[in-house]
Amino acid sequence: MMRNARQAPWSLVALTALVALFMLAPIALSVLAGLVNNYSTGLKSGLTLRWLGEVWENYGGTVGASLLLALACVLGNLAIGVPCAYALARSRSRWARLFEELLTLPVAVPGLASALALILAYGTLQGFRQSLAFVLVGHMVFTLPFMVRTVGAAFQKDELRSLEEAARSLGASFAQRFLGVLVPAVLPAIVAGCLMVFTLSVGEFNLTWMLHTPLTRTLPVGLADSYASMRIEIGSAYTLVFLIVILPVLWGLQAVGSFIEKHHGT
Amino acid sequence: MRHGFAPSRTLLLGCAAPAVAFFAAFWLLPVALLLALPAGKGWATYFAVLINARYLQSLLQTLGLSLAVTLATLVLGALVGITLARQRFRGRQLLLSLLTLPLSFPGVIVGFFMILLGGRQGLVADLSDALGAGRTTFAYGLAGLFLAYLYFSLPRAIATYTAAAGAMDAALEEAARSLGASRWRVARDVWLPELAATTLGCGAIVFATAMGAFGTAFTLASKFEVLPITIYNEFTNYANFALAASLSITLGLITWLVLWAARRASGTPAF
Repeated sequence: MMRNARQAPWSLVALTALVALFMLAPIALSVLAGLVNNYSTGLKSGLTLRWLGEVWENYGGTVGASLLLALACVLGNLAIGVPCAYALARSRSRWARLFEELLTLPVAVPGLASALALILAYGTLQGFRQSLAFVLVGHMVFTLPFMVRTVGAAFQKDELRSLEEAARSLGASFAQRFLGVLVPAVLPAIVAGCLMVFTLSVGEFNLTWMLHTPLTRTLPVGLADSYASMRIEIGSAYTLVFLIVILPVLWGLQAVGSFIEKHHGT
Repeated sequence: MRHGFAPSRTLLLGCAAPAVAFFAAFWLLPVALLLALPAGKGWATYFAVLINARYLQSLLQTLGLSLAVTLATLVLGALVGITLARQRFRGRQLLLSLLTLPLSFPGVIVGFFMILLGGRQGLVADLSDALGAGRTTFAYGLAGLFLAYLYFSLPRAIATYTAAAGAMDAALEEAARSLGASRWRVARDVWLPELAATTLGCGAIVFATAMGAFGTAFTLASKFEVLPITIYNEFTNYANFALAASLSITLGLITWLVLWAARRASGTPAF
């Protein structure tokens, strides 16, 4: 009887099925459209890898650029975000709280505004403006709060504080403590933060469209271009390429998430 | 015990310094310049959105669309989330991760999905044609924009509500039921209060995301103009930097205020 009471009514189940169909049908449709010879005739026209080949020919460079960019973004976040997360987790000053607050602003404010601001401040520095570093800076500003939040929460654990104190009383220097004790202890959070930053960077469009130049096109920028100017099969095949790039990262993120839950409690 | 150990101030400053310097150089300074820019064209430029009828219409359209999308997302997300949290079936976990997959899609992909569904070569056009009703398209108007925004908002709501409903106190509901409460009363007196904080936090994020979304409307080249597209056009087509800055400030202020207020009211993080 208890189980019965917890069973959802059929109308809710039907609604859920309908919403699931709405969410999943476009993905399936797009994958299919990228693999058939002719979209209007559908499966009858036969399967082909021809469109994927054309995507590679026209936009292959954007895949490499996006991967490189996301990797640089992760490394940048590791270099400046992880130490910052530690400082914010240990500091009790008002300035730390203020900075924590400011850091979330690039997420709260639309990417378009941040991109305009960056162009306004640095758009005239031609060398910088035309390099991938310009896009990287935008991605880092946008992803930094996610890394700091994720890793900072792990640094705040009380056990970690005592562990750090024990290491210090045994004469470990700060570098030894940080790299030997703290970083290994929060490693799952760091990995989760890295995967999150990677995903955000690969999928970022709102900032990137304003910051890119013809020589610094990323995957989403290429996608927008193909949707506007190429046949529907090529746009679909290109979308499939995006899925192939992003799916392994998302699976990794899920695996890390369940690992943290299992070994470290929630 | 909790505050027994604290590293030195200098050490903490040293740890934070690179991030602070980076953030100051590439966000705080640029945004300060952006904030100051419209002043050069006269103070009235800041209120361009209120003075110019075209901008005001764009803002109101964006507000209306975002509000409608937020309401629809919260209702659907809550119902689907509650269902998924209590229904046990094979492949439930897989369905959940598939439903949250679109969270990582750039807005342009969502726009393209709507073209696949409701565009000139779309699925709905084929179906309606087969039924003899002619080729129906909805992708390029308000309906397409609404469905696209719903598409990228739903995953967050479904994930949030599934987690919140899973953590809900089942005993409370059992008690209400055993006292003879109807389904409707259980929903009103048990679900609504328990999910209020979730609704507030999730609603604010969905609203702010919808207000600032650019890629989706850009791909759909919609006849229904939203503020991010207006800003983009001012900047690229008319090279009107001061106006683009003014409109961006308006948009940023709105999204930030909504997130801030929701966080104040519910105590949940902003993202």
